[in-house]
Order: sequence, then structure tokens, then C-alpha cells
Amino acid sequence: MSDLAISGQGLVKHYGAVVAVDGIDLAVRRGECFGMLGPNGAGKTTTIEMIQGLLRPDAGRIEVLGLTWEKNSRALRQRFGTALQETKLPEKLSVEEALLLVRSFYRRGTTVDEVLQAVELEEKRHAWVGKLSGGQRQRLAVACALVCEPDLLFLDEPTTGLDPQSRRQLWDIIMGFREDGGTILLTTHYMEEAERLCDRVAIVDHGHVIALGSPAELIATLGAEQVVEFALENGGSIPHEELQSLPGVQRVVSADGTTSLTVDRVHQSVPALMRLLESRRETLSELVTHHTTLEDVFLALTGRHLRDE
Amino acid sequence: MNRLARSSLWQLSLWRFREFAREPEAMFWVFAFPLLLALALGLAFKSRGVEVVQVAVVDGPGAAEITEVLDAGERIDALLLPGDSASHRLRTGRVALVVHPGDPLALQFDSTRSESEVARLVVENALQEAAGRRDVREIRDQPVTEPGSRYIDFLLPGLLGLNIMGTGMWSVAFGIVKSRQDKLLKRFLASPMRKSEYMLSYILARLAFLALEVAALVLFGYWVFDVPMRGSIFALGAIALTGAMAFSGLGLLVASRVKTIEGVSGLMNLVMVPMWIGSGVFFAYSKFPDFMQPFLRALPLTALNDALRAVMLDGAGFVATLGFLGVIALWGLASFGAAVKIFRWQ
Repeated sequence: MSDLAISGQGLVKHYGAVVAVDGIDLAVRRGECFGMLGPNGAGKTTTIEMIQGLLRPDAGRIEVLGLTWEKNSRALRQRFGTALQETKLPEKLSVEEALLLVRSFYRRGTTVDEVLQAVELEEKRHAWVGKLSGGQRQRLAVACALVCEPDLLFLDEPTTGLDPQSRRQLWDIIMGFREDGGTILLTTHYMEEAERLCDRVAIVDHGHVIALGSPAELIATLGAEQVVEFALENGGSIPHEELQSLPGVQRVVSADGTTSLTVDRVHQSVPALMRLLESRRETLSELVTHHTTLEDVFLALTGRHLRDE
Repeated sequence: MNRLARSSLWQLSLWRFREFAREPEAMFWVFAFPLLLALALGLAFKSRGVEVVQVAVVDGPGAAEITEVLDAGERIDALLLPGDSASHRLRTGRVALVVHPGDPLALQFDSTRSESEVARLVVENALQEAAGRRDVREIRDQPVTEPGSRYIDFLLPGLLGLNIMGTGMWSVAFGIVKSRQDKLLKRFLASPMRKSEYMLSYILARLAFLALEVAALVLFGYWVFDVPMRGSIFALGAIALTGAMAFSGLGLLVASRVKTIEGVSGLMNLVMVPMWIGSGVFFAYSKFPDFMQPFLRALPLTALNDALRAVMLDGAGFVATLGFLGVIALWGLASFGAAVKIFRWQ
């Protein structure tokens, strides 16, 4: 048996003239949590839906748990759970009824009690799905994915639009599944989510994988651990060569009016930056320093921010 | 967990059933609305007793005697009035005819008003009889009031057919399009759910309510308006069942590709409104020109209404309705087959 839970090679998908996925390769190992990180419209959802057999790729090969969609689609559907983006579960059913409905599609699985306990929705057992909060609905969606005791879990933007507390609750559920030996493929545009949950991350942009590795490896590619971000009043800017020559600065990127410097010695770089600004008679409107994140990796690779705003 | 709870067909049907039962509005349109419609139309077209005509007699010599003669019969309500007052009442429609006493006696009325024509005949008859006319031939009135041939008797089976069509199509089409819009169809497509069971569940859940719906209308008609049920209950059940399945199939076809509720509403009206008008629900389709008759007869609701009327009003047996049932079943099978072919899951 192959040690890959998912293998996708050369996946391509067009929508009319638009190329949504332009030759993506993915190899997800058994027992790992693999994340596809990228902005909206990068092709993450199209990719995860092709792997789930919901979309037929225009080109490429997909193998899931050693099976293919062409030959083993029924057997395959028995073995994974999924929470798609923006799915509304039946609003007039109670939480318990909705879970029994989904459970009935599968040959094996857990009891409703077990899965309700896992997602901490026992108290809402008899509440109508339509009356749940956003976080509770999303936990129910994950419960519907877990009720078949899957080997593999697909989560498309599992925490989009949720408050921080609900998000952390979902992360615990996902990590629990991973600790029990399950494999997860998730998409997200939150770098924090990818860093917290994923063993490995593929950064996706414009239908391509532009970087692949563990979060730590990806951050290490920037060659420095700190980021200094600043913006000038009146939208002014400073030539990159001058910034590059400051002590400790490894890399300079500007986007959306802010400039970020990847630095390995903040204590030297920041005073030097201040002196440079003073000599050029520029005034700061913003100055932030933080540890390097996947967001900075994305910025360094694409010159754009990952966030929507 | 017991075996039934594990059956996906059972769970899917339960879902449909609950979705419907937990929606008060749907319950209103399926159960209360047809009853209210039957009640309103039944009362509006209720057979009244003998109609009394209102006439005025212009005051003058002999007028009092004439008024007395006219008023004596039960069909005329006569008033003795001065001339200008009588013409005023005629102009404003409060009397149907004005009698001007004299020799010859004059009857003033507007011949384009049908009640004035009736008034003229009744008044003339009463005056001639009072003057000693002898009828040369005996004629007896035989009013139609017995159940089975009044308007409400015609209407009720039509409403029953209309309800079977409306509920069948709406419950299926609305449920499917909503699931598609909510991306539930896509979610279920990613599971091992059998597509055929999903579609079948709509029809099964539909049947659960069918018996109640049919019973409600038939019993209501029987108790409130004495609408008869002359044929066998078994035949009625078989017709209702065939109709419900056929219209579920048609609903499935209508919903097979539409993405939004708005889109499916328009399409449903396109399919149903011609049948509201042309399938003999409120009036007989024989009123349409001859060349249209074959087309109207081929419509599923026409066949359903004809079959229901044959059983309820004419006491036809199951075998006698097989022709109609064939037409209905053909529609059901064809639309179900086409729907399964072109259905879009996402």
C-alpha cells in the first residue's frame, strides 16, 4: 500500500477561458494534515473538489487512498468525510436528525452520541439546524464529515467567517482527528490556521503551487526571523537599494503602500531605518515588527498580501 | 440503532416529510387553501330559489288593481309609484321593468338587460292569466337541485386534481432547487448516497400526505355541499396515486436544471397555468374550439380531472378510468425518465 493518501499529478481545470487550476501536483502522506494556503480565487476549492470527485479535471491523474474515481468511486466515497464551502445543512432538521441522515449514507461510522461529543454539540442535539450560530453550524458540518469514521477528511475553508473562539474550537477538533491517525486535506486563506494545524503547506496562487514545505521550512526560506513593516505619511517611498543596504536587512518588499523588511537583527535595523528616514525628512505613519509568518512568505513570493483587505 | 434508522431511503424520506410538516405555510397551501377555495366558489354559485323580479307600476287609473294582481304571484315584487319616480328606479336598475297602465297597457324596459327580459315574460304571463287566458298545454317545472349535477359537484373534483398537481410539483421542485441552491446536493454527491434513493424519497414523502389531502377535500365536499362519491374509494385512491406520482415526475423534470427558487417559480407557472385554464378545473374544457380538444385532452391534469369526475360523479369503476390513467402514467414515466437523464447535481 502506498504511503500517500492523496496523489494528484498535473491537475488542470478551465472554466471557459479562465484557467482555475494550471498544473497542480499534490502528494499528501497518510496521517498528515496538509494545507493549501492561498488567496481567494487561487484555485484551492477547484483542486479540492477535483480530488473529491465532484469536478472532473481537464487533465491530470488523481489517486485517493490508492483508488481512482474512474474505477472505485463508490468504494472511495465510503472512506472520506467532507465539509464543503458554504453548504447549508437542512435547516428544518434537528442536529441529531441531520446527523442520522448523513450517517445513513455510509456503511460504517460512529454513533450520533460519539460525534456530538467530539464536536461539543450535545446540548444542541434537539435544536433545529437553522437556529444554530455560525460556529455551531460549522462544527455540525465537521460532525457530518466525521460521522462516517473517515480515513480522510476534506475541509474547504473550515473556519472562514468565524469568531476567534469558534475557530480555536474547530482547530481542536481537527487536531484531535489528526492525533487519532486521520489524514486531512484543508484549504484556507488564514496563514495562522495553516501554521497551527498543518504538517505541510502548499502555497497556491493563480492555479499553481508556488511553494511547498512545513510552515517552519517555508518561513526559513526568507532567511531571517523578524519582519519590520512601515508606511510613510503622504504615501511616500524610499528606494529599495537604500533599504537593502541597512544593517541586518535580508529582503525588501512593498505592497499596498506598506514596505516590509525581513531582518535578522531588529536591534540594528530599526535604529538605522530611523536615521535614514530622518535624513530624508520622511515621517512614519505606521511601524510594526513581528516574527516572520507564512503571510510574509506569500508576500515575498508574489509581492501581494494574502489577506482580502 | 435499528435497521430502519440506518436505511438511507427511510432517512431521506423522513427528511422530506419533516421539511414539509415543519413549514406552516406549506401546510396552509396544501390543506387549507383548497378547502377555502371550494367553500368560496361553492357559496358563490349555490343554486338559489325562484328569482323574484322587481317592477314598478306608474300611478294612475287602474294602477292599484294591476299592482295587486302582480304582487299576488310569488315571482313578482310590484310597487305603485308616481311616473318620474318609477322611471328613475328603472334608470338606476332598482326595478327591472315599469308598467304603464292604460289601454293598451305598456311595458317599459331595457331589452339588453337579461333580468328585464325575464321580468317582461313574467309580468306578461301574470297579467294575461289574471285577464282570463287559458293555457292550452300543461307544463311542469323540474328544478335541478339534486347533488351530482350542480356547479360545486363539477368544481370539487377539479380542485382535487388541481391540488394533486400543485402539491406534487411544488413539493418536489422547490425541495430540489433549494437543496441545489444551498449546495446540499453537492455535499450529498460527495457521499455514497444513492441518487435514485434521493429522487425516490421525494415521491415517497409525497405519498404520505396524499391520502390526507384527498380525504380532506372529498369529506369537506361531502359534508358541506353534499358532493357525492359514487364510485369506489379504491378507484379514487388509484387515480390520486397515479396523478401524484406523475406530477412528482413532472416536478422533478422542471427542477432538473434550475439553480434558483425564482427561476423554478417562473418555470412552474409556465407549466401549470395553461392547465389551470385548459384542463377543466373551473369550467369545462369543451368551451374551447374543436381543434384544441385533442391537445387539451392529452394534458395530464385534464386526464386526472376527467378520471376523478368519472369516479366521483358518474360512479365509474376502476377499469373504466384506465384510459385516463394511461395518459397520466405516460406523462409521469416520460418526465421521470427525462429528468433522470438531464438532472444536474450541482
